[in-house]
Amino acid sequence: MDLLDNLALGFSTAFLVQNVLYCFVGVLLGTAVGVLPGIGPTATVAMLLPITFNFEPVTALIMLAGIYYGAQYGGSTTAILINLPGESSAAVTALDGHEMARQGRAGPALAAAAIGSFFAGTVATVILAVAAPPLADVALKFGPAEYFSLVLLGLIVSIALARGSALKALAMIALGILFGTVGQDIYTGTPRFTFDQRSLYGGIDFVSVAVGLFGVAEILRNLENESTRAAVVSKVRNLWPTRSDRRRIVGPILRGTGLGSALGVLPGGGHVLASFTSYAVEKRVSKRPEEFGRGAIEGVAGPESANNAAAQTSFIPLLTLGLPAHPVMALMVGAFIVHGITPGPNVINDEPALFWGLIASMWIGNVLLVLLNLPLIGMWVQMLRIPYAVLFPMIILFAAIGTYSLNFNAWDVYAIVFFGLLGYILIKCGCEPAPMLLGFVLGPLLEENLRRALIISRGDATVFLTRPISAVLLAVAVAALVVAVLPTIRKRREEVFTEEE
Amino acid sequence: MERRKSLADILAGGIFVLIGGAFVVGSLGYSLGTPLRMGPGYFPLLVGAVMGALGLAIVVKGLVAGEVITLTAVPWRAVAAIVIAVVFFGFTVRRLGFVPTSFVTALLTTLASSRVRPWWALAVAAGLTLGATLIFVVALQLRIPLFGPWLQF
Repeated sequence: MDLLDNLALGFSTAFLVQNVLYCFVGVLLGTAVGVLPGIGPTATVAMLLPITFNFEPVTALIMLAGIYYGAQYGGSTTAILINLPGESSAAVTALDGHEMARQGRAGPALAAAAIGSFFAGTVATVILAVAAPPLADVALKFGPAEYFSLVLLGLIVSIALARGSALKALAMIALGILFGTVGQDIYTGTPRFTFDQRSLYGGIDFVSVAVGLFGVAEILRNLENESTRAAVVSKVRNLWPTRSDRRRIVGPILRGTGLGSALGVLPGGGHVLASFTSYAVEKRVSKRPEEFGRGAIEGVAGPESANNAAAQTSFIPLLTLGLPAHPVMALMVGAFIVHGITPGPNVINDEPALFWGLIASMWIGNVLLVLLNLPLIGMWVQMLRIPYAVLFPMIILFAAIGTYSLNFNAWDVYAIVFFGLLGYILIKCGCEPAPMLLGFVLGPLLEENLRRALIISRGDATVFLTRPISAVLLAVAVAALVVAVLPTIRKRREEVFTEEE
Repeated sequence: MERRKSLADILAGGIFVLIGGAFVVGSLGYSLGTPLRMGPGYFPLLVGAVMGALGLAIVVKGLVAGEVITLTAVPWRAVAAIVIAVVFFGFTVRRLGFVPTSFVTALLTTLASSRVRPWWALAVAAGLTLGATLIFVVALQLRIPLFGPWLQF
């Protein structure tokens, strides 16, 4: 069995002492930051990215992946205990999870989230291992025309799934792409939009963009009204779910895992959509829909499983196509490139130890998450008491140091301020920051493949329609755009998102 | 969702038009080339024009039937404190060195909160500086001098 051999290779890599250690450090840091309200996984990964530059590539990626799903998981703890979801996908968990906590059943809620996440993570890791190689084979046949269409599709689907105005999301993508063109032109070497600043020849560093958009802008939003946080944290006891709880969470976990695995592959807010959809599904199939919103354990187990499954399968487009599905994956692309590896279909053949090691480490990371979270829950609860007035200076300082240490370039630090302020204004006006970051990362890819495809086709733009795979991808992109813009469908989409909010 | 004239839409659309326009004007300064062999200006011109058009559409929509978003007050104090803190960091980290720069940056950042108490801010800044030094310089071996040329006599 190929798969078994590959997994064996993966586990032998992932079980190396330094890899397990840094997987643990990543999961620990991720959970810690995820638990802290007001800072999401994107800002966390962006800030901690420079730390991993000195490591071996596989170790660095294992640690970053650990930070990502650790943060994803930590967010749900906060959502349950103090009703402050760390990021959008945990917002659903807060509905019933916090209600359970208020009824003194925080323990079972946390346990349901942990068990669901672990199960979903395990299954999704297997799906990743099974689905990635054939997809990478397909992707290897892609030429520039297909890649162009694929990137375009990815960008457009990301807005169809995001919430808020589709028009603004499209404009945000374009904005990201434009900032992505700053720097030397790939074909002619002409410096573009650099204002004769040598430091800008290499382009704007994407860590600056990410830290500005997701760190600084977010902090400014939070400082708008400095109400003291309700620091009433409910006591956690009786961690273990009762027999009836256990029976009630089996179905939601299975359904959530399936939904999450499928939706996680989609670009954009796949994991957000997954948890919202799972909640809606559980409510529909439940025999006691009236309990939802009043502390139904199904409403915690389902979305948490979906969320975690999606977090794992969102690595599929990254590892097979080199396409990041959402901002954190965009940062992972940066991490690959820093280590001299181009993410995409070649990774699996050129770097099998890295590819399978990363997959295997996700499973190990999930085990570590359960071990970390259930027994140590008291420690995380204590972390919730750290006041925001300590947190935000820490985020700003670490972000500045981290960004500076990338290239020892002061302009990267100034760029944080620029993107922080721009992002703050735009977010205030109802624009989502995620499409902009995706546009920024994917823009150069879009331009390169557009130009290359047209050179190969001798300037014939119909090449995108005459090559079948490219034509299909473009057709899907158009369909997604229609779905995103059409008012009637939009309305229903908004219902899915706003339900129970 | 209620829809009517929306300041947020007009503002956002205006920003898109402005930046899109700037990129279009900038692109015209580079060689455009032909579709077969695009010059450096072609792609940004295209995307800039698309964004300008989208921005215009958002403005028009904002005038007729925009998304109703209440624009909350801007925390000017926080904006100023954070901008100054980060720019200070970028400007002085080479000159003052890691430790003093981190301390001042953290201190300036704490001023972003309107409820900051002086002693407490100093304590936070000192704690964060110590933590950052331990993490970035001691553990991660970041090659930034602890005290820079401005402080060496």
